[in-house]
Amino acid sequence: MFGLSALELARIQFGFTVSFHIIFPAITIGLASYLAVLEGLWLWKKDTVYRELYHFWSKIFAVNFAMGVVSGLVMAYQFGTNWSYFSAFAGAVTGPLLAYEVLTAFFLEAGFLGVMLFGWRKVGPGLHFFATIMVAIGTLISATWILASNSWMQTPQGHEIIDGRVVPVDWLKIVFNPSFPYRLAHMTIAAYLATALFVGASGAWHLLRRRDTPAVRRMLSMAMWMLLIVAPLQILVGDAHGLNTLAHQPAKIAAMEGHWRNVPGEGVPLILFGLPDMAAETTRYAIEIPRLGSLILTHSLDGQFPGLSEFPAADRPNATIVFWSFRIMVGLGMLMLLLGLWAIWARWRKRLYNSRPLLRLALWMGPSGLIAILAGWFTTEIGRQPWVVYGVMRTEHAVSNHSALALSTTLILFLVIYVIVFGTGVSYMLRLVGRGPEAHREPEDATGDAGRRPARPLSALTDARVPAPDLSTDRRG
Amino acid sequence: MGIDLPLIWAIIIGFGLMMYVIMDGFDLGIGILFPLVRNRGDRDTMVNTVAPVWDGNETWLVFGGAALYAAFPLAYAVVLSALYLPLVLMLAGLIWRGVAFEFRFKAAEAHKPFWDKAFAWGSYIATFFQGVALGAFINGFPVADRSYAGGALDWLTPFSFFTGLGLIAAYALLGSTWLIMKTEGDLQRRMIALARPATLALLAAMAVVSLWTPLAHPDVAARWFSLPNLVFFSPVPLLVLLAAWLLLRALARGAQATPFALALFLLFLGYSGLAISLWPNLIPPAISIWDAAGPSQALGFTLVGTLFIIPFILAYTAWSYYVFRGKVRAGEGYH
Repeated sequence: MFGLSALELARIQFGFTVSFHIIFPAITIGLASYLAVLEGLWLWKKDTVYRELYHFWSKIFAVNFAMGVVSGLVMAYQFGTNWSYFSAFAGAVTGPLLAYEVLTAFFLEAGFLGVMLFGWRKVGPGLHFFATIMVAIGTLISATWILASNSWMQTPQGHEIIDGRVVPVDWLKIVFNPSFPYRLAHMTIAAYLATALFVGASGAWHLLRRRDTPAVRRMLSMAMWMLLIVAPLQILVGDAHGLNTLAHQPAKIAAMEGHWRNVPGEGVPLILFGLPDMAAETTRYAIEIPRLGSLILTHSLDGQFPGLSEFPAADRPNATIVFWSFRIMVGLGMLMLLLGLWAIWARWRKRLYNSRPLLRLALWMGPSGLIAILAGWFTTEIGRQPWVVYGVMRTEHAVSNHSALALSTTLILFLVIYVIVFGTGVSYMLRLVGRGPEAHREPEDATGDAGRRPARPLSALTDARVPAPDLSTDRRG
Repeated sequence: MGIDLPLIWAIIIGFGLMMYVIMDGFDLGIGILFPLVRNRGDRDTMVNTVAPVWDGNETWLVFGGAALYAAFPLAYAVVLSALYLPLVLMLAGLIWRGVAFEFRFKAAEAHKPFWDKAFAWGSYIATFFQGVALGAFINGFPVADRSYAGGALDWLTPFSFFTGLGLIAAYALLGSTWLIMKTEGDLQRRMIALARPATLALLAAMAVVSLWTPLAHPDVAARWFSLPNLVFFSPVPLLVLLAAWLLLRALARGAQATPFALALFLLFLGYSGLAISLWPNLIPPAISIWDAAGPSQALGFTLVGTLFIIPFILAYTAWSYYVFRGKVRAGEGYH
């Protein structure tokens, strides 16, 4: 297809399916914790606004979760189907980490999700809260294992290579490999940021349409507080992550900075914009700030770090891509910080809920967290190339022996299905957001009896526009 | 040491895949039965019986894949790349089926029939290609230099096509007996009427596979028909006949939960029969579980956690089923 090799097609297929996938778990992680907080606040303060928000966001969560599950299923099999040499080579490390993710996270989430979404009247409030917390914890455990696995591929340690395959020697070293703590913190915060921006945009959208209810105000307010706290935190963590990358994957940093060679005795400038040219080994049209690159990466004015020319051509990641994906991520991060600061200033001036420019920015920033996550992953994964396990196995040696024809066929299949299925799902999510949190009617007999146990978990999703003929007769009182 | 880690792992993975087959089996069976039930309210009831649990059921498939990856990376790599196309098609079916669970309640009225179709088609495609993958697995894979050495379409044989159809019958039986247990009235009567042909179809499929496999694979025949194996294994086919007979009788007298229990037992027996045929190969016809096992450091590390955690998983899964126990009535239970 388009003259692409089987290796390129396999990489595109993996990149495409995992990029689609990561959007859903990121929102799942953030929303699950948000829902736990909302339910906790409802139980503690008995303020019905929290319960209203809980029911509103749990419907959106349910749609999002289903898409995360089915897109994740593909990932669990793709290592074997598309990257069989990698699986056979490194499976002794990445396999157990994935198995632990399934055992400690996926089952936990799935096991308590039914009760969380549909058990509101079937179990007591304490037990229901417990189910919500279990789902939220499950999402965080899941992130921990998969990021341990990914980080090991970035900064492998704790293993030996015996008879041409990886043998784990020290599991603590494998899990707590050098880049893991940074990546875990960076990604978890990113998920919280992306969710806060999504929730904030939802609140802003309703306020811009003059649907000014306590629940709408509360969600915007909570989102902006969250943003104010986590956006600066993310910048600090990102900086630390960058230094860690410099220590362990200097070629990636050189590519991200478009930095080709050092001038003896001179600090490295920060290239704000430019176009890295891989063939000419230079960054064209560079707009530079002298010494700022040194300051950021070495925390001194004339410190140096390796340029991309210092690495053999076969070991260089594509700087043209990662230079830009990195800038998109950082640029959006700065905008997030700006939004958080603007919101606290507006709050202080009592204009948080009616400053239209602010609300408009909050609305437009809605997808920015997810775009930043994708840009960040493009940076770290393409920046790891040409290695699949950094310094240990090259990507070209990892791929299965499928023909370009087989890969093209399945790629087109995935493209069509993902666009239709997940495009529709996202539109349903946005429609739910658009309907807004309505006062949630609580049945008088909250305990319920055996004959009235709601049997349909997905009923949490039932659109108000769906005629549900038996609803009124079924509901007593 | 003396602990046979590959053996323990083969048992765990066998257990996980069996959990998947029987649990997602009745979910998928509901999709398979969808075209035979036209009434929208009945369809909603059918979906509602599994909506709280399907996600957990499907997790066993992820567990099977991940455990295979952890314990037998070679088998994971060889088998999955050999079954590339059928597995991709199975996943495509599971995607449609999975989102249709949510979307058929969420869609605008005009789109609902589309998602009903997606639910049914997704279930058929996922089931058929699971069966095809099973058939191809029984047929075995050529391996050279620790990787799959066959072609992209080797899985497509009359036998695998037949096992695909056989699995549709099996899941239809699980789905219909599950619904007999979870519903009442007209819908339940429909399901009783459907469970009977489904039982006979499954029985026929099991008979054909039981004859076809030893005829095509002399080593399988040797395992079954040599003494004393024949004596040890003969209860399996005999129990199949007994269970099928009891199942048909239970359907005739209108039993509620017994048909489902017997359907599970039938599936378990079929599964055991396959295990006997293939043992101890993990990549038939020649690579055993011991040849395909990863390093013991990986198997041991994962085993500790698995043995500790699986009882908890079973406990809270059972609790969730308990919370949503009992008959599901039409239009019941919004919120």
